[in-house]
Amino acid sequence: MKLKLHVWRQKGPNAPGKMETYDADHVSPDQSFLEMLDEVNEVLVKEGKDPIAFDHDCREGICGMCSQVINGVPHGGQDRTTVCQLHMRSFKDGDEIFIEPWKARAFPVIKDLAVDRGAYDRIIQAGGYTSCHTGGVSDGNAILIGKDAADYAMDAAECIGCGACAASCPNSSAMLFTSAKVAQLAVLPQGAVEAKRRVNAMLEEAQACGFGNCTNHYECQAACPKGINVKFIAKLNREYIKALLP
Amino acid sequence: MILDGKCPKGPIETSWDRHRFETKLVNPANKRKYKVLVVGTGLAGGAAAATLGELGYQVEAFCYQDSARRAHSIAAQGGINAAKNYPNDGDSIYRLFYDTIKGGDFRAREADVWRLAQVSNNIIDQCVAQGVPFARDYAGYLDNRSFGGAQVSRTFYARGQTGQQLLLGAYSALSRQVKAGTVKLYVRREMLDLVVVDGVARGITCRNLCTGEIESYWGDAVVLATGGYVNVFYLSTNAMGCSVTATWKAAKKGAFFANPCYTQIHPTCIPQTGEHQSKLTLMSESLRNDGRCWVPKKKEDCDKFPNDIAEEDRDYYLERKYPSFGNLAPRDIASRAAKEQCDDDRGVGPGKRGVYLDFSTAINRVGEDTIAERYGNLFEMYEKITDENGYKRPMRIYPAPHYSMGGLWVDYNCMSNVPGLFVLGEANFSVHGANRLGASALMQGLADGYFVIPYTIAGYLATVKPGAIKADHAEFKKSAEDVKAEINKMLSINGKKTPAQLHRELGKIMWNNVGMARSRESLNEALKVIPQIREEFWNNVKITGSGEEFNQQLENAGRLADFLEFGELLAKDALVREESCGGHFRTEHQYEDGEAKRDDENFCYVAAWEFKGAGKEPELHKEPLKFDNVHLAVRSYK
Amino acid sequence: MQVTQSSVGRKIIMAVTGAMLIAFICVHLLGNLSVFAGSAAINAYAQKLHSLGPVVWIFRLVMLGVFAIHIIFGIQLTIENKAATPDKNVQIKRLKTGFAAETMVVSGLVLLAFVVYHLLHFTVRVTNPEIYVPIEGGHGMVDVFVMVTQGFQQLFAVLLYVIGMGFLFLHVSHGFQSMFQTYGLSNDRTLPVMVNVSKLVGVVLLAGYASIPLLIILGIVR
Repeated sequence: MKLKLHVWRQKGPNAPGKMETYDADHVSPDQSFLEMLDEVNEVLVKEGKDPIAFDHDCREGICGMCSQVINGVPHGGQDRTTVCQLHMRSFKDGDEIFIEPWKARAFPVIKDLAVDRGAYDRIIQAGGYTSCHTGGVSDGNAILIGKDAADYAMDAAECIGCGACAASCPNSSAMLFTSAKVAQLAVLPQGAVEAKRRVNAMLEEAQACGFGNCTNHYECQAACPKGINVKFIAKLNREYIKALLP
Repeated sequence: MILDGKCPKGPIETSWDRHRFETKLVNPANKRKYKVLVVGTGLAGGAAAATLGELGYQVEAFCYQDSARRAHSIAAQGGINAAKNYPNDGDSIYRLFYDTIKGGDFRAREADVWRLAQVSNNIIDQCVAQGVPFARDYAGYLDNRSFGGAQVSRTFYARGQTGQQLLLGAYSALSRQVKAGTVKLYVRREMLDLVVVDGVARGITCRNLCTGEIESYWGDAVVLATGGYVNVFYLSTNAMGCSVTATWKAAKKGAFFANPCYTQIHPTCIPQTGEHQSKLTLMSESLRNDGRCWVPKKKEDCDKFPNDIAEEDRDYYLERKYPSFGNLAPRDIASRAAKEQCDDDRGVGPGKRGVYLDFSTAINRVGEDTIAERYGNLFEMYEKITDENGYKRPMRIYPAPHYSMGGLWVDYNCMSNVPGLFVLGEANFSVHGANRLGASALMQGLADGYFVIPYTIAGYLATVKPGAIKADHAEFKKSAEDVKAEINKMLSINGKKTPAQLHRELGKIMWNNVGMARSRESLNEALKVIPQIREEFWNNVKITGSGEEFNQQLENAGRLADFLEFGELLAKDALVREESCGGHFRTEHQYEDGEAKRDDENFCYVAAWEFKGAGKEPELHKEPLKFDNVHLAVRSYK
Repeated sequence: MQVTQSSVGRKIIMAVTGAMLIAFICVHLLGNLSVFAGSAAINAYAQKLHSLGPVVWIFRLVMLGVFAIHIIFGIQLTIENKAATPDKNVQIKRLKTGFAAETMVVSGLVLLAFVVYHLLHFTVRVTNPEIYVPIEGGHGMVDVFVMVTQGFQQLFAVLLYVIGMGFLFLHVSHGFQSMFQTYGLSNDRTLPVMVNVSKLVGVVLLAGYASIPLLIILGIVR
């Protein structure tokens, strides 16, 4: 099939960007979205033009590196699907596709579709861990964890840190990302010990990074390729209130 | 040269404990004077950087991705082994040790494997303490599943995302150290050279992938944890950025490359659909716990809808050939069996390169919900890629390059033959022999990072003066200039073919001639063609843009250039190893029933290759392998 | 970090003040509905409130403060949120959020304007002098029933009230469920229910408040 692509091109962090149009003429429905972009780039390179820069790595939906807004939705809006797992069979011949980078103050563009997501690392560095030392910990079965708690923690821990939550948020809020880690660790006995300190530290860092505030649009959950639930944001709020209490 | 692995002598049960005691320590006040560079932030690198930082060393960690959390360890699905024996089914450290040695087809060092089995239990405890949400039963205890190559349930898992959860555990520990200021993290940096001064590793040269700047970093020790090289096959289950570059650059600076021909072809991957494909997707081997592999008995049934093929017309070939292990036969065996069926024209799906993995028996036994709970995400992933529902019809699978058992040669201390250069995880060759068992890669990465390197690196650092050579040394300048010169050379070619095109050509040769089955002819053919592709690369590659910017074509070209040199070594190693063992199968060396025929008399050694220049004959060094605790025997899973 | 500076802290302040405002709106509606019971009932209600003297004033000041806090933080958060997204994508498609949630600051500011008008209209009583008629034996008190029924004879006023209440619906339909999420009281089972309950609350308030001017101008209540 043939497609028309409108792609955000931006030379560097401080350069102005604009949309440019490209044709993708030999697209197979079995191709993944990024393989389609690969082919467009192959053509560009052969013509001596600058290929489209885009982040990608594992191409199996787990590393969280791919990060493109497709037709106005981060990762393209297919349920629980990263761009790398989006296949061209979900498009039709003759479709026009808009491809843009994450846009948020906290995610500055590096080039074209690649952005700097260091802010998410800084949020984790602020407290997204248990402060345990290597070695000298107790046996894995010494503290029992109910299946419900383990499953709840796992639901939250599935986050791949891709940034789609902040990119989809009308306020560019990183609350879903932050809450997933806060909730995962708060519900486990190993993490509950420092839950109060953690929730405050991570929230402060998210704010310092320049993310907006959560106003409960729930857009993040809809865009999240792992289906992280906004119930974790409620949990974060609860943890915040708990931390306020003596 | 005969290499010495420097393994502790005496009874193996106490070997690691004695070695730890005998290894020198660095006193706490001195630790902060030493700087350690850790390249790669996957399970091995992330765990090592976090632990060394916590111990008080100054650590600088590097990764090519935009965050330490994205290393390809994240894609491991199935689980991590440990000899906890929680299910009371007869597991022990000795059994894990034995299974790993046997699984590796007797081509690994006993002492290294023993240590791995011994610390496996600590890993689980460590991860639980970090908040890794392992699966638990209703009583709140850790749950186990079984995995290929083992008859006990010793695999711990976190749904189908165990690698992700373990990596996030290591990443969180690393993040904690970054916050504490003990670790400095450099993301989007690719190591392009190892700086060696007077035969000792003293630092690295990196390219800043955002700005293109060539940067020098000095350290009192360099730790490489940069993963495997199976992207040499172009199509593999590795991430797009995985490459041999870091380890190959080290090899070019004198580190020996061991057993490059030991590559693992994973049996349960989604078959290729066409030429456009950029990578293959793996589905956890744990699927084989409940899935049954089969192909039609009759060629004419291959195009039929699988559910319409009668039970008696199906050939459950693994159950037929290996009654005691059945569908849980080790990876190399399962992969080769799938290839045999397809070579027999009984493959299914596009191009007839696929076999069925059927869950209907398991669904009838335990219900679809239970299967969904165990593997839900894998079924989802399968459907996304193939548009087929694995609950309703059998999945189609085919083997794909997945893991490299070979890697830089290291001694028992994980130090290469270049003093000061340590190599961890998949990047080294040490514990998996000629074949890795499922759920062992995560175990090795974390064992090396959390529990081995913190001890062994001290033994080395205690013998060197901290900060003796820094980035202002002439060698650093020379290294940076060499790197720049190579980049400029590549950019100036301005030929006709893109790096991806040439990589595909290399991949085809590697897969067809140096893949699942290798012969003298196919290897000689590869050894003839690879230099031709390399030649074409250096004369006809086209890279747009400059070196002073974010330039992904240039990154790919650089990685390909290294694969083009390395691929030749891989083929050469495969040619020299005139036996079949584990993942290395030479068609000339097989029993009548098609099983691999090992030659312990002549090849019970580690082949460590010394690079002598591109296109020049590398030199082979051998480290003989001794088996005092497990008796060399024909590996049988029947 | 102070609650008044924290992202979630201020969200909770919004939720607490929002809850107080909704509670006030509900009580106010119940009082107002007494207009349907006739002149005596609503005037008795007005007199009862009047007789509370300083308590009413304290209550009014508190509500004013709550209202002010809700507005100030609402505006501050909105400004921050806009600043967090300096450039927007050329194409934006929203999957979940809706008009109400995206226009909270607009509906809020419209409500502020409405409240100002409403206070001038019925509390300070400066907009329509002709409708403020003293009640018999009421020691100078205005006949509230007359004021309301006369006041809503004008199409302009009725329109303003109905439109104002339309914005109240929008604001509450997002705000009510949002409050529960902010208190941390929702989960994946309750949230979808609360989203609908929230709309229902908005509809009830809209219907309750808009019924007064509409029924009056239609001549059903006189």
